[in-house]
Amino acid sequence: MTHTIRMQVNGKDYTVDVPSQRLLIDCLRYDLGLTGTKEGCSVGVCGACTVVMDGALISSCLTLAVLADGKAITTVEGLAHEGKLHPVQQAFIDYGGFQCGICTPGMVVAAKALLDQNPHPSDDDIKDWMMGNLCRCTGYYKIIESIRGAASRMETERVS
Amino acid sequence: MNPFDFRQPDTVEEALTLMRDLGEDARVMAGGTALVIMLKQRLVMPDCLISLQKLRGLDQLEVTNGEVRLGALATHRAVERSPEVRSRLPSLAETYAHVATIRIRNVATVGGALAHADPNQDPPVMLLALDARVRLTSTAGSRQVAIGEFFTDYYETVRQPDELVTEVVVPALKPNSGSVYLKFLPRTADDYATVGVAATVTVDPASGTCQECRIAMGCVASTPVRVPEAETLVRGGNRLTPELAREAGALAQRVTDPISDARGSAEYKRAMAGVFVRRALEQAWQRAVASQANR
Repeated sequence: MTHTIRMQVNGKDYTVDVPSQRLLIDCLRYDLGLTGTKEGCSVGVCGACTVVMDGALISSCLTLAVLADGKAITTVEGLAHEGKLHPVQQAFIDYGGFQCGICTPGMVVAAKALLDQNPHPSDDDIKDWMMGNLCRCTGYYKIIESIRGAASRMETERVS
Repeated sequence: MNPFDFRQPDTVEEALTLMRDLGEDARVMAGGTALVIMLKQRLVMPDCLISLQKLRGLDQLEVTNGEVRLGALATHRAVERSPEVRSRLPSLAETYAHVATIRIRNVATVGGALAHADPNQDPPVMLLALDARVRLTSTAGSRQVAIGEFFTDYYETVRQPDELVTEVVVPALKPNSGSVYLKFLPRTADDYATVGVAATVTVDPASGTCQECRIAMGCVASTPVRVPEAETLVRGGNRLTPELAREAGALAQRVTDPISDARGSAEYKRAMAGVFVRRALEQAWQRAVASQANR
């Protein structure tokens, strides 16, 4: 059974035919070619496939593509603006918030969603929000530092 | 994942009609966080999937006649943040806030989780200690089931294939009551518990003795379980002494029948059930006493 779905991904409209059992992550990666979103555990635990759908963080590996019909989605490809990295992305570079990089798209999407809701998170807020995004390389201290750094940078940008 | 026919009813009536007509050939999906994994693993291979995503309604979180009503399609996140739930039943909001990760709580629903009936889940344990009722609705009508009678086995409930969980009704806490859910997580913060324990106690402000007590445990049997012997013991005691709480824990261990898995051996889970029943009683008691101090 094939369905025609219309969704907005990173501000751009897409119309795509998908079978019922197509997962959103596969639709993003293989139908739309947006391979920034990664698949890690495939059971919603690791956070590598994190995207924002209608304002809420979700696991795209647990979401049927048909359910994205009519929705607005943000993936890691949608964070940079006019060739300039989002402050969260820049902070992950500046603070060494990643090594191999497979968890990073999910990490930065989750971190951006956190800062959108809570511009001044405490370390506990950061840990609580990010605990569902697993990194197997760096440990988490640099990731927390990156998010803290991004928060203060975004605050400075807002003020200036 | 095997292919399936995909249906998206717009109304509850349409959904119930589909469920009646398709019976066991269909599976109903609300948030899908559990069902999609089962579909991927081919643990379930329905001919048809009925998605409830487009249904309007059934996501209310409201108080009527002092009872908190959780619509079946309310997400865990919505319950966790609901001012009504937080003010009336803070322990219930805390329990939903402890489930998995933000990504799961944004999507997983109250009713979907109950219908899934994994004995490792958190909310059923708290709902059992709060004496909640589950409403099941079909084209033939609607019935309420006490949550203590809802779960029958691993992933099994009294829900019939044509019945939809439509709401959960949670009675108000009596005055002078305290309630708590404790989740023992020795591995990671987003894991299922090794043991989960909920306790609700009502303490007579005049005498300081226990009037009511409900204790429920998760992860230690094929369904969430209550501990009537320990409840009777606590009700019959004067005050909650450390000895009494420990004795209640020992009684609770006897009704456990856990399985060994990555979250602990059966022996370990049984031992921890005793520890966490004791702690939950102590904390619920403290909250009950604190609620009196605040009046």
